[in-house]
Amino acid sequence: MNETIAAIATPLSPGGIGIIRISGDDAKAIADQLFVSPSGASLSQAKGYSAHYGLLKENGEKIDECIALVFSAPKSYTGEDVVEFSLHGGVFVVKKALRAVLSTGARLAEPGEFTKRAYFNGKLTLTEAEAIMDIISAGGKQALQAANTARNGALYHKIQEITQGLTVAAAHISAFTDFPDEGLPDMDFTLFEENLRKAKEELNRLLSTFDSGVVLREGISCAIIGRPNVGKSTLMNLLSGCERSIVTDIAGTTRDVIEETVKLGEVFLRLSDTAGIRNTEDTVESIGVHRAKERLREAALILAVFDASEELTDDDREILALLADKKSVIIINKTDLPVKMDMDSVKHFKTIQISAAKGTGLEELVVAVNETTGLAALDPNAAILASERQKNCVIKANQAVTAAENEYKTGQMLDIVGFELEEAITALLELNGEKASETVVNEVFSRFCVGK
Amino acid sequence: MKYNAGQYDVIVIGAGHAGIEAALASSRLSCKTIVFTMNLDSVGNLPCNPSIGGTAKGHLVCEIDALGGEMGKAADATFIQSRMLNTGKGQAVHSLRAQIDRRNYASYMKYCLEKQENLELKQAEIVEIDKNGKEWIVTTHLNGVYHAKTVIIATGTFLTGKVYVGEVSYPSGPDGMFPATRLGEALKTLGLPLRRFKTGTPARVNRGSIDFTGLEIQEGDDPITPFSYNTETPGENKVVCHITWTNEKTKDIILENLHRSPLYAGQIEGVGPRYCPSIEDKIVRFADKERHQIFIEPCGLQTEEMYLQGVSSSLPEEVQIALYRTVKGLEKVQIMRNAYAIEYDSIDPTALQPTLEVTAHSGLYGAGQFNGSSGYEEAAAQGLVAGINAARKVKGLPPFVLQRSSSYIGTLIDDLVTKGCTDPYRMMTSRSEYRLLLRQDNADERLMPFGREIGLIDDEQWQRFSERLRQKEAEIKRLESTYIKPSAALNELLVSRETSPVASGVKLADLIRRPQISHRDIKRFDETRPQLAEQIFLKAEVEIKYAGYIKRQLAHINEQQRLEERKIPEGLDYHNVVGLRKEAVEKLAKVMPYSIGQASRISGVSPADISVLLIYLDKIK
Repeated sequence: MNETIAAIATPLSPGGIGIIRISGDDAKAIADQLFVSPSGASLSQAKGYSAHYGLLKENGEKIDECIALVFSAPKSYTGEDVVEFSLHGGVFVVKKALRAVLSTGARLAEPGEFTKRAYFNGKLTLTEAEAIMDIISAGGKQALQAANTARNGALYHKIQEITQGLTVAAAHISAFTDFPDEGLPDMDFTLFEENLRKAKEELNRLLSTFDSGVVLREGISCAIIGRPNVGKSTLMNLLSGCERSIVTDIAGTTRDVIEETVKLGEVFLRLSDTAGIRNTEDTVESIGVHRAKERLREAALILAVFDASEELTDDDREILALLADKKSVIIINKTDLPVKMDMDSVKHFKTIQISAAKGTGLEELVVAVNETTGLAALDPNAAILASERQKNCVIKANQAVTAAENEYKTGQMLDIVGFELEEAITALLELNGEKASETVVNEVFSRFCVGK
Repeated sequence: MKYNAGQYDVIVIGAGHAGIEAALASSRLSCKTIVFTMNLDSVGNLPCNPSIGGTAKGHLVCEIDALGGEMGKAADATFIQSRMLNTGKGQAVHSLRAQIDRRNYASYMKYCLEKQENLELKQAEIVEIDKNGKEWIVTTHLNGVYHAKTVIIATGTFLTGKVYVGEVSYPSGPDGMFPATRLGEALKTLGLPLRRFKTGTPARVNRGSIDFTGLEIQEGDDPITPFSYNTETPGENKVVCHITWTNEKTKDIILENLHRSPLYAGQIEGVGPRYCPSIEDKIVRFADKERHQIFIEPCGLQTEEMYLQGVSSSLPEEVQIALYRTVKGLEKVQIMRNAYAIEYDSIDPTALQPTLEVTAHSGLYGAGQFNGSSGYEEAAAQGLVAGINAARKVKGLPPFVLQRSSSYIGTLIDDLVTKGCTDPYRMMTSRSEYRLLLRQDNADERLMPFGREIGLIDDEQWQRFSERLRQKEAEIKRLESTYIKPSAALNELLVSRETSPVASGVKLADLIRRPQISHRDIKRFDETRPQLAEQIFLKAEVEIKYAGYIKRQLAHINEQQRLEERKIPEGLDYHNVVGLRKEAVEKLAKVMPYSIGQASRISGVSPADISVLLIYLDKIK
């Protein structure tokens, strides 16, 4: 017997429809206790892949109108019997329905448990499961596309391809050592080296996709900095589409760090609007200035705002100096006013001009951010590494291939070179879940949100 | 009329390489044992190549020896030429191979069985096998009824054997022996999953009919490394082998007559070994290869019979003669025994436990070719393990299972019983993921403690082993703490080996760590070198050279160990395990793995299934 689990499968927010998913041996029986069809038909008798209209009732009391979708094992997402109730949205109604399902014998699903069961029942490979997690959390279109690509196996196939090349190289050594007396032609060392070189190249290329993958999925931490009153908070509000920061004419209005996640083009910026950086006597403000500098150090992307209508100040120059090693976009604000700023002083930076107050120049900002973060160069259809686990496997494989190459070149014996190659192959197989230990599986699934 | 022929602890059916080790092991562990052979003159026969060892097989022989088996001792006593293979490819894949005087070898083994206490050697065909409660009953063709607690089947290619030579085929064992046909029926009646495998052998020819002029000569090694730790003075090379090649004419003859090969004509249903193809297989599968190598190997000192390695065939006899005679040196060759293919019954080894006991039949064991393997060494290794386990069963002791990480023997058996095989299984170094650890030089360190614990290593051997270990440790310590001065001579050596010269004093161990430099190379610079056996130096050298890799492999093993130690309760009903995929249930129920580690290696069982299984085992604890 497999315990029956249930959870709300849609986000808990008003509007649209809400779906409750029930999965397990008793899914249909539990659903039948709540679902009343006008025809009196029971879901237990229903065929797989069928939809039924009816009422959801608890103790005779109507909860909502409902469409019940019935899936019969093994032809369902989880591979078990599944019933899904589609209800008229509304947080209250959906929660009430879930409580009814739970009181009828189902257990609340743990985070990621549906997908875990799907995986356990052979419905998904490990990389596919991880990709599904990414689909759920992908907010942006590009992230979704990248996640879909992984689901359809772009990474899976790329890894297989690299593994194949290494397996061929390892097989060369095997044949050479296991059949020494059988008239085999001498080992083709040029081909062997070529195989290793190609594998390394592919592994390094995959590794280079990791940072962009993380940016796509998790967004990028981004600090808006600038001296007081250049329009940082106006920019923040423009980006977030609502009055998040208090905007006044008084320099130093923003004293603490204000955080917001905003979507710019396809990328999520985890924005922090900071206090203007200047030398100040005000104790509270100076703490803000200190925090602003801290953010500047920590953020992966800096949007540095300057006032076009004024000459550069010493504070501006200090900020420019702080940007030296950072990924940054210089934003020249207030370009609707007469320009007094000396543009030469920022010519070494990626620079765009906007008017935050008038809302112009946002498209240029999107382009500039994409270029600065490397997203512009990312092909969403190519295989990319999307998790730390995947990255670690590739690093391990890459190290082993590099070691094999070095050992081969420094005259180590073939048995040792072959050993390193097998290490690399093992690491890659693990990435595709073909030899993953239980720890890996558990880690993958602990990161799922309830419902899928 | 049937008669009661006696009561035994262990009955071994077959006295080939598997049966010999099985019978010796169980009788040496003081179990009353009887071993049956179809023909006393076929005990320990080498019906195919007259050699023992080879890549990975040499490892098996050393391991058998370390566990207290006989094969290595017999080979050392009867070899006529010895070579260490793969010497340029790393110590881990060094493999010893010896040409054997096959008559002497068979006599040695027969005599060894005859002298063994607790052991009877008997010529008889077993025609029935039955179970009565816990007791096994086997019956001979002369109606002798033997009772035993355990039975080991080691029937080789005798079991329902059938020989093919072109259009001619007839029931037969190897080398013209009778086949064991009624036993095959009896085993089927027991419900064992039998299937047809096939193998083949080339012709034996008369030395006098070969023209050796211009043929490449292959000499033996000097000095010679023995297989056995018991062999104190290795013998010497007495013969050379020769190498010749097939050519376009050979190929033409084979292709013209391919339709007359029973394999290509579809008469043979048995699956042949991928790693030991017949010459017609090689010609068809590797069509663009111009020539194939042939080794001409003497079968012994008191015979002119020569074995033609590399040209096994099941083509008609007249085609064999014609194709051999296309080869340089063989233009006038006279065939003494023709080449043939032989088809036989073997068991699907996934029906066995890692003890080699049949899962469905307590007390019944399989070993050797019967289990789907090929090769004398593979057979002997299994025979030893089956014999040990049968004896332990009789005595009520826990089973003896060698892990993959311990040995090639463990790897061989794990592969067979876990993954099964679709063609006769041959051992190869690449089958072991732990091959940097599983070397010939340390077989004693890996396995002799087991042999001792089991009771097959006597005090004298154990004492010598302990002494070797002590000497090795001391030598490593010395090499790690002895510095030598730089000198022109030393630097000349280093530079000539394409490694960097030294400017100041250098530790001996650091020199040995260089892949280009061996312990032997620096002998003349090493003034405090003690007088030790060559094998001690070798052990020390390898351990120093491989230290980093050994450490890493040990780390792997530790990781896997938890799963290996997690035993699965006997007779677990996988249908009760909630959440297991159907395919996994079927595979697990078929293999009935011994441990979680073994379960994780079954193809079709995913890591997710293992998680489910672990959760289930936690629950029922």
